[in-house]
Amino acid sequence: MMRPATLPWFIRHELALAWRDWMSMMTAGKPGRGMIVAVSLIILAGFLHLLAYGLVGEFANVGSNPGKTVLVVVTGCALLSWSLMLSQAMESVTRAFYARADLDLILSSPASSRRVFALRIGAIAISTVLLAVLVTGPVINVLALNGGVRWLSAYGVVIAMGATAAALAVALTVAMFRLIGPQRTRLIAQIVAAIVGAFFVIGVQAAAILMYGSISRITFFNSDFAASIAPETDSMIWLPARAALGDQAALAATVLISLALLFMAIAVFSGRFGEHATAAAGIAEARVRQKRMSGFRTISARRALRHKEWTLLRRDPWLVSQTLMQIFYLLPPALLLWRNFGSDTGTLTILAPVTVMAAGQLSGGLAWLAVSGEDAPDLVRTAPISPRAVIVAKIEAVLGAIAMVMAPLLIAIGFASPRVALVTALGIAASASSATAIQLWFRAQARRNQFRRRQTSSRVATFAEAFSSISWAATAGMLAAGSSFAIGGASFALIVLFLTWTISPSRSEE
Amino acid sequence: MSVYGHFGEMCCTMNEQPVAALEIKSLAKKFDRPAVDGLDLNVRAGEFYCLLGPNGAGKTTTLRMVAGLLRPDAGQISIFGIDALLDPVEAKRVTAWVSDEPMIYDKLTPFEYLEFVAGLWSIDGAEAEIRARDLIGWLGLEPHAHERCGGFSKGMRQKVALAGALVHDPKLIILDEPLTGLDAGSARIVKDVLLQRVRNGMTVIMTTHILEVAERMAERIGVIDRGRLIANGTLDELRQRAGRDGNTLEEIFLELVAEQDQAA
Repeated sequence: MMRPATLPWFIRHELALAWRDWMSMMTAGKPGRGMIVAVSLIILAGFLHLLAYGLVGEFANVGSNPGKTVLVVVTGCALLSWSLMLSQAMESVTRAFYARADLDLILSSPASSRRVFALRIGAIAISTVLLAVLVTGPVINVLALNGGVRWLSAYGVVIAMGATAAALAVALTVAMFRLIGPQRTRLIAQIVAAIVGAFFVIGVQAAAILMYGSISRITFFNSDFAASIAPETDSMIWLPARAALGDQAALAATVLISLALLFMAIAVFSGRFGEHATAAAGIAEARVRQKRMSGFRTISARRALRHKEWTLLRRDPWLVSQTLMQIFYLLPPALLLWRNFGSDTGTLTILAPVTVMAAGQLSGGLAWLAVSGEDAPDLVRTAPISPRAVIVAKIEAVLGAIAMVMAPLLIAIGFASPRVALVTALGIAASASSATAIQLWFRAQARRNQFRRRQTSSRVATFAEAFSSISWAATAGMLAAGSSFAIGGASFALIVLFLTWTISPSRSEE
Repeated sequence: MSVYGHFGEMCCTMNEQPVAALEIKSLAKKFDRPAVDGLDLNVRAGEFYCLLGPNGAGKTTTLRMVAGLLRPDAGQISIFGIDALLDPVEAKRVTAWVSDEPMIYDKLTPFEYLEFVAGLWSIDGAEAEIRARDLIGWLGLEPHAHERCGGFSKGMRQKVALAGALVHDPKLIILDEPLTGLDAGSARIVKDVLLQRVRNGMTVIMTTHILEVAERMAERIGVIDRGRLIANGTLDELRQRAGRDGNTLEEIFLELVAEQDQAA
């Protein structure tokens, strides 16, 4: 029997909660799905290993005494992953501050809150590492299979990266709390987390495009320029890369330094965590005044609904940051367009799939907000407007927003190649309509602020949305390149949609 | 007080029966067990009607079916003579719904929220604006009329929701526990606004667990238990029905429910 309020007791409590939360997320809260989830995860793991084999299998025999270029490529790839880990850790730290859940109970109990928050920072590090291991695990396993067990030391590097990401995330968030206060930290931290996640990825891609005309990030890391500005091979900066390549001394140093940083962050910040959590609990949502330019207008119900959706979207900086992050990823193809403008229409073909994919993903998010994330469903359902008209208005709002975002890029492509622009426009229409339709078929009433967890409500909808966007993107790409295989891509997309519709809850309700 | 005279267009000539604000016949809805079980109910135009019942009695389910939020398994619902199941859009045009948990948009101001509601009911903009300004004044929301609702207290949110329900000037307003969680001042304002609307001819149907409110405000009271209407009438009629003259509504209510429990 464990003694209450001790560290092992808290660990057991946190582990039990984390397990239940994870299971609930994986099974969408439906009991009896454990076996399906387990089988699905095994199939997914197999698929990811096959994918990793195709991508990195040939690089497994990179020597254990690598040159500068290898070190740059490995370090660059690690930094790309680390920026995503930092983003995820910042998001978790912000949630730990503001999600009330059991904080009131903990803070009002005689248990040491410092101990609890030390544990929570540790939990954030562990969850960051676990996610990173899930993503990088297949790559590391394939490299170990082909190149020897030395590659398994890359797991140590992933752990070190997770620990440093958690430590830095805690330090950054606490610093924001002290600098700008609890009122603003919530929003700013979430936006910073999103930008951190995308900035490095997009920055390296943009550099590759501007310098070499390639959209591949590896091109930049592999370049003479990157090698010329990188430090010499004996620099400490290559410790993580050397560790990943199997250097045991470098691995020990990397892990020790990162764990020291994490423990330092826990020792310094766990006490303040409680203070800041209390401060976060004491804030009320800021009162924002809106300037009013005109009086009431006489408008139709459909127009009122469209206008409301656009206003709500415009006024939610966090949602804007989340949804526009997908548009942020359009920056590299836009740069590619600008660089190749008027010179080589062949390279434009790469823009079609990227743009179509982004439109599909963006539509899925917007459609969820408009259809499922309705904060006053009773009001809309008791209004004298037919359910069909409500849905039509919401679809118009989503597709209108997509059109506004995509139009400038389409016009620019149109000047360079009207044919590619037409193909891209058709692809955007198909991809956006498909994503919106999937959200309609799988709609489940939720609060708007649950947007972050929208994927957990239906795994089928999430995968269907992704597969349909990828299929339409492939179709657009092949069509832009003049390939007749485009018919296959479009057929696959339609099959995905049909199968999704047949198993959707809305059909079974009919 | 007879309030039929307030509704010229809804009422009748001397020889005709007045059109009921709400007429429910044999209404039924089953979830895992019957929630509403063959309910019959008639609410007159222009009256303040309170629906009482223990938790899980079927009050909210009944009113959600009337508001068009739930589809009944069986039965008929007529709102001012309009068949709400055959022509829901027309029925909704004259009806408003306010739930115990005010659902409004955090990123809209009360003024913008009212403009949105006016748009949903296709009300003339100029007319809706006059009504919105009046409602915002009556409900004491003037200082916050152009602030986003995100930081509002429960009471303020409930007032905004009530203003939204009244801005399209419904003939029938249905309120499900509208006073839950309101402070005394806010509750008083909400009650005053509702009574004033009834004086102007509006029909109010309200559920509440605060029996003193029903006792003071309602012209007629219905008691529902296990999905059926077990008593219906004025306070005096309910006293007679319970066989206890001079008792409070609380005592009558408990007596009626206990009687029903014994019978079951």
